Amino acid sequence: MSGFHTNSKVIGWVEQRLPIFSFLHHSAVEYPTPKNLNYWWNFGSLAGFQLVVMILSGIFLAANYTAHTSLAFDSVERIMRDVNYGWFMRYLHANGASMFFLLVYTHMLRGLYYGSYKAPRELLWWLGVVIYLCMMGTAFMGYVLPWGQMSFWGATVITNLFSAFPVVGKFIVTWLWGGFAVDNPTLNRFYAFHYLLPFVIYALMVVHLWALHTVKSNNPLGIDVKTPQDTIPFHPYFTIKDLFGIGVFLMIYMAFVFWAPNFFGEPDNYIKANPMVTPPHIVPEWYFLPFYAILRAFTMDLWIIPAKLQGVVAMFSAIIVLLFLPWLDTSKVRSAAFRPIYKQLFWVFVADCVVLGYCGGKPPEGNLVMIGQLATAYYFLHFLVILPIVGKIEKTRPLPASISSAVLKPMEKA
Amino acid sequence: MRKLILTVLAALSVAGVSQTALAHEGPALQKPGFSFEGVFGHYDQAALKRGFQVFHEVCSNCHGMRLVAYRNLKEIGLTEDEAKAVAAERQIQDGPNDEGAMFMRPGRLSDHYIPPFANDNAARANNNGALPPDLSLIAKAREGGPNYVYSLLLGFDEAAPEGHTVPDGMFYNAYFPGGNIGMPPQIMDDLVTYADGTKATKEQLAHDVVSLLNWAAEPELDARKTLGLHVMIFLTVLTALFYALKVQIWKDVH
Repeated sequence: MSGFHTNSKVIGWVEQRLPIFSFLHHSAVEYPTPKNLNYWWNFGSLAGFQLVVMILSGIFLAANYTAHTSLAFDSVERIMRDVNYGWFMRYLHANGASMFFLLVYTHMLRGLYYGSYKAPRELLWWLGVVIYLCMMGTAFMGYVLPWGQMSFWGATVITNLFSAFPVVGKFIVTWLWGGFAVDNPTLNRFYAFHYLLPFVIYALMVVHLWALHTVKSNNPLGIDVKTPQDTIPFHPYFTIKDLFGIGVFLMIYMAFVFWAPNFFGEPDNYIKANPMVTPPHIVPEWYFLPFYAILRAFTMDLWIIPAKLQGVVAMFSAIIVLLFLPWLDTSKVRSAAFRPIYKQLFWVFVADCVVLGYCGGKPPEGNLVMIGQLATAYYFLHFLVILPIVGKIEKTRPLPASISSAVLKPMEKA
Repeated sequence: MRKLILTVLAALSVAGVSQTALAHEGPALQKPGFSFEGVFGHYDQAALKRGFQVFHEVCSNCHGMRLVAYRNLKEIGLTEDEAKAVAAERQIQDGPNDEGAMFMRPGRLSDHYIPPFANDNAARANNNGALPPDLSLIAKAREGGPNYVYSLLLGFDEAAPEGHTVPDGMFYNAYFPGGNIGMPPQIMDDLVTYADGTKATKEQLAHDVVSLLNWAAEPELDARKTLGLHVMIFLTVLTALFYALKVQIWKDVH
């Protein structure tokens, strides 16, 4: 914390007692950042920005929302109609969830492409996976709050998944519901946790950044920073680059908020929840569709393991497998830029996720069942078989000596 | 940079595929073109007012619009007195009064549109067992939105295909899921006599009432699109400045 000096008596007084200014200087001004970061590195700060947008808009919504089965739907409509700029807050929040996932998925794929999960960044990656899990929980519970048809039936389907576990399943479901069906106690606890989890995510984000600032950022070349010539200070270089990124992101985000606010939504959720009427297709929000496809890929009971249990276990495994990724990928080279085979496989994996998402959004009929099953098989094959083998047999391209030496030559495009 | 934007757009379109994957079954929707569509779209006040006349004189005999208050009618061009008069046409239960008794009184501006039936059971009993849905959000609560409602209203003309049986008391409508709908055809030429002299053709009636229903579902649309334009102009300038600064600050790196 050497770079911080002040002539102000007040700041000096505070600094002696709580070194907050030198801390900020150290982590937001001096922080040495690889100078070759491309725009894919913007998505981390964008996700952080979006978390703040979600928390702020969420607090304003919470101030006007009523968590009761008979009032929730109308309280949301009151926000839309009678609360000043309530429609703006709600559309910010509802579209913001989709944007948040879009940013985080891009951030994760960036990590996958450039090998950002590899040593020494395993814990950084783990913290990210935990943040992602918390996001999924938060988003799921948030979607229940407007108490529309898809809210209610989504909650019913997803909570019922736990009934797949033998013996205890039934009790877990009753415990989750706080009763014998999705009802007022369920809505109340979902609201409580929907308000709590974003702050847990915020705390995790701080630890994520702590880990990041300890091991420092990866970069498109995937090689370690070797000399001070490889880095530039975070401020002003990345503060301005991140601000520019936020500007571009806001333009895309606001286009949805103002001109297509229900693009990501389901029309059915503008029908008040009715336990007596099941919608023809119950679909989760788009960001859960690949996992929904994995859940439904298992259609055959095996011995004593019913198909539903297989699906549930597979769905959770699809996320848990990410925790093992730093060791499943056996290649010592981080960046796909120097891994000719992995580079192709990465895009195959992305395509596989898109196919899964497509299958998850359609009714499981005809060829889609088989396609969903093959895509599910490939998802696990990618992590459990292909990555360990490719890392061993792949002939990687020679790595540049340092970031600055590579920057002087024409750079490998992502 | 361009590649990045393209990728983001590609990702968004993928998300879009998953939405359209669930589009309704049945014939393609009729798209008459509404003034409120598109980036610069706004409600046509005259159409909303005519649409309200249709809703009030015809639809509201069976359908409610419980999320719209009588005071909101001023937003579509009714004067305060006209809105008060509309409100007073129906009775609503109030109370208890000082003696502890419930009583009926005419509707006021602060009341929400008073539904035609006391409850769902009464509505079913009066409609051959079918429940006429509340129309406050119908333009947002169906795949296809206003185009779906428009198509449905005008979709009674075709005869049911061979082999399709329509139960007693129901009507064939290809746009309705399953094809059989409890609502009889309503929209016919000169169904109402428009106060502003517009010729009340079937298409005109359907267009106007759907405009009104879209307003009922999205009363904020005008304000939203206007604010959106301002926000987008602001963001364009701001982002351009950020970009210029970025280029300036980074010019010595590399």
